Amino acid sequence: MNFGSLALGLGFLLILIGFWGLLTQKNLIKIVIGFSVVDTGVHIIMVGIGYLQGRTAPILDAALMQRTAAAGNQAGASADVGSLIVDPVPQALVLTAIVIGLGITALLLAYVVRLHEQRQSLDISSYEDLKW
Amino acid sequence: MIKKIFAFLLLIALAGVFLVVLQNYETPEELNLTAAYYAEHGAEEVGAANLVSAIVVTYRGLDTLGEVTILFLTASILSFFLKQREERGKRSVRASSELLRTASAVLVPFIFLLGAYVFINGHLSPGGGFQGGAIIASGLVLLLLTDPLRKVSSRLLARVESASGFIYVGLGIAGIFLAGGFLDSRVLPAGTFGTLLSAGLLPILYILIGLKVGTELSGLLTRFQEVQVPDGGDSPDLKKGENV
Amino acid sequence: MINSILFVVLALLALSSAITAVLAKNLVTSILAAGFVSLLASVIYLLLSAPDVAMTEAAIGSGLSTIIFFYVLNKVRRSGRHD
Repeated sequence: MNFGSLALGLGFLLILIGFWGLLTQKNLIKIVIGFSVVDTGVHIIMVGIGYLQGRTAPILDAALMQRTAAAGNQAGASADVGSLIVDPVPQALVLTAIVIGLGITALLLAYVVRLHEQRQSLDISSYEDLKW
Repeated sequence: MIKKIFAFLLLIALAGVFLVVLQNYETPEELNLTAAYYAEHGAEEVGAANLVSAIVVTYRGLDTLGEVTILFLTASILSFFLKQREERGKRSVRASSELLRTASAVLVPFIFLLGAYVFINGHLSPGGGFQGGAIIASGLVLLLLTDPLRKVSSRLLARVESASGFIYVGLGIAGIFLAGGFLDSRVLPAGTFGTLLSAGLLPILYILIGLKVGTELSGLLTRFQEVQVPDGGDSPDLKKGENV
Repeated sequence: MINSILFVVLALLALSSAITAVLAKNLVTSILAAGFVSLLASVIYLLLSAPDVAMTEAAIGSGLSTIIFFYVLNKVRRSGRHD
């Protein structure tokens, strides 16, 4: 079983569930929750794409160096680190994406607070000013 | 009703797209070229054991600068949107339990210490500025849960934030003159691989990012907390737990 | 092998709590379920050998964003009662 494609499937399902919430729920806070579920799904997909089966985290500590040396002895030549670790680039991207996701959620919630102050309602169908 | 059917059709179309993507997805066996370059040359060029930190701070340092700027903008927009009006009455809060007060008095210093440890060791072990900053903000959450009326000095937060942001960009510009380019960490000597004082400028840059992210997240939290606390709303029996 | 079973169990738990988060009538349940999705996701990141991401998600996704949701819920309920 490959974790990479499993993670892809899980992320797609989470995105679908989140969109279902975004499109069908009436409550503004529920809509923001749906958005944060979509966010989590996207992050899982990105990490899943970078995953390579049977490899370890991209941290060059003593344990990894031992494994490199052992693999080198078996092969007769020195094996490079690149064949032992997963892709670090998507992880670095997701790291920033999570922090920005919190910022977006906070902004959405601030809009919710302001809207509620104006109309005393959390129901999205009471905000129809832009509807035509 | 018609809306729900429409939403359902839209989701089915999206699911179809995802299914096609999933079926055509081939799990990679080798690192792609960029990642292989980072894996092979990261240790000697940057000198950080944690490759994710090396990428976040050095190779993609500009992205991180943009990201921190976005957080700053978010905090500014929030303070604009959640501006307090003065007219609201006093807010009365139940005093928090003995258990919570004692636990927070014991734990909060250690949580802050853990946050600092995580971002100081960002180049050696999992962790770094973002994680450490988030841990410090979580410590603040515990403080705010114990004493919901606590005032967090926004001036202190703003000063630490702007100072660390300023030094971060300044060190980045120093990289242009002393090393290969903007935010290059080779301004300082690389040191011994795998020790605390290694990887050149990277630990310092990551500590600054940690301070900046920590104060920004704390500012964001206090914004939402202040929405509920009207001015001057502190009750005397809650003052007891404040000697943390 | 154990890891595969753990992954599948975590994925099923995450999916069911995501459905709870979206469909629950009670907002408190919904917010807590969304935080739980983040917590499970952070364990999944650990299985995908991404400890850095796992730490960030655990601290931000399930800690800070849940508390922000509760602050807003509290504020909205309070002002709904007074006016």
